[in-house]
Amino acid sequence: MKYTLTFDEYNKALKKNRLLGLTCTGCGEVITPPVMICPACYGKNLEITELKGEGIIQTFTVNFVAAQGRECEVPYTVVMVELDEGPWIMGNLVDVDPAVVNIDIIGKRVKMGETIGTRVFPGDAYSAGDAARPLFQFE
Amino acid sequence: MRNVVVLGVAQTKFTGPQEKTGVELFAEASSEAIAESRITPGDVQALFLGNALGDFCEGQGMIQAFIAQNIGCPGIPANKYDGACASASVAVRDAYVWVASGQYDIVLAGGAERAATMGTALATRTFAMFSDSRYEFPAGITFPGVFAMLSHLYSKRYDVPLDLLKEQMATVSVQSYRHGMYNPKAQMHKEVTVKDVLSSFMVSTPLQLHDCCPFSDGAAAVVLASEEAAEKLTDKPVFIIGAGQASAGPLAGQKETLPRIYSRELSSKRAYEMASVGPEDIDICELHDCFSIASIIAAESLGFFDYGTAGAAWMKGEADIGGKVAVNPSGGLKAKGHPIGATGAAQVYEVVRQLREEVEPERQVPGAKIGMTDTLGGDGGTLVNMILKRGW
Repeated sequence: MKYTLTFDEYNKALKKNRLLGLTCTGCGEVITPPVMICPACYGKNLEITELKGEGIIQTFTVNFVAAQGRECEVPYTVVMVELDEGPWIMGNLVDVDPAVVNIDIIGKRVKMGETIGTRVFPGDAYSAGDAARPLFQFE
Repeated sequence: MRNVVVLGVAQTKFTGPQEKTGVELFAEASSEAIAESRITPGDVQALFLGNALGDFCEGQGMIQAFIAQNIGCPGIPANKYDGACASASVAVRDAYVWVASGQYDIVLAGGAERAATMGTALATRTFAMFSDSRYEFPAGITFPGVFAMLSHLYSKRYDVPLDLLKEQMATVSVQSYRHGMYNPKAQMHKEVTVKDVLSSFMVSTPLQLHDCCPFSDGAAAVVLASEEAAEKLTDKPVFIIGAGQASAGPLAGQKETLPRIYSRELSSKRAYEMASVGPEDIDICELHDCFSIASIIAAESLGFFDYGTAGAAWMKGEADIGGKVAVNPSGGLKAKGHPIGATGAAQVYEVVRQLREEVEPERQVPGAKIGMTDTLGGDGGTLVNMILKRGW
């Protein structure tokens, strides 16, 4: 059985600020990141779909201790966004100073967008290449 | 399935960076567990070992084979398990299954890790490998980061104001540090106050240094035997009466249940059903307090307290010795330490010694008959619960 949407395809699209996922033709569930089998109905027929990249912040953290090789990024804000299509996705909130980020950002609407562009983790000795990440700003 | 008994148990002192190799650490723990079991290495039929990051810690893969030869068990089947921070519990549970099935009569299980030796930067990098490397690590998520996000989500979901939740979380840490003071095998021997916790270094908002367990080196070992084999070896058998395990995908994929960890709910249900007991029967629980909030989340999913109320229960002493359930009288991961490949076996070590009433009087749970372990790997990717019962 073919893997419908590979990481490589997802990653290439995200570098162009396009967020790809899957729609289950059986139950309509929208899924990202990609999987082999629909987690909602275990259906096998999944079609590639493009998500709008908009949703609400469900939770977040401002991180001050980074993994080896990423020390230059701190402090940074990681957000878990519930996308309008349903999935939750992890990304970074980039248009707010981490120093002023607090729990009041939960519930706020955010979007990916042309104006903030994309950011790519360039990879390290262990990562088998680079990986783009969704960037969000307030709507 | 046959009844399975825990015979000897042992744990090295958990520490920061130190010079002993992983093989040496496990050799130290296992020789003590074997001696306490009144058996010889030649009686051990198989080795089940937790070791999550040996390759990164000291450039050693397949450590289980070298251990088997080193400790006088050459040629036996030796398996290694990676369930991240739950590695040793996966190993002990598999050892249990093999003995219960009748395949082996006496086996050695446990784990070893040199997480502290890696130093904070590499340890933070490698622990983050237990999150989704392609879809979540690129955003810079770290292990404290995962539980930091769960803290904020918990505050919102259960309407516990963040300031109050932080005080509750600090109380969890204070209790663990206090018990660790009386555990000679613990890494941390210091008393801290709520104020100390709340003024410590910010790691990942809202988690501060004293909300987080340390990186640790150490090993723990347990000998399991069939009831029949154990009869000749001990008059104080501790039975494993329940052993549940479950898995889960990336954090974002757990959207339906967060901040609850649904693999824990599956795993503990399996353990409770197998043991025919419920949360109200548990006298002592060694649960996976990698972060203060993790204790609160775990105690609720295990059924000890209602959702959204465990923090308040800690503040009232209900999760302490003398309360509803004694949580982490060892000091937990917070004070005892967290050498990830060994942690689950160290939980078994503590529960068995509590049931035998062998621990220091300051932290002994009086008359404990049934104990439970709870070990979490990754962000819920691996979850193991075991229930142990005094057999005399």
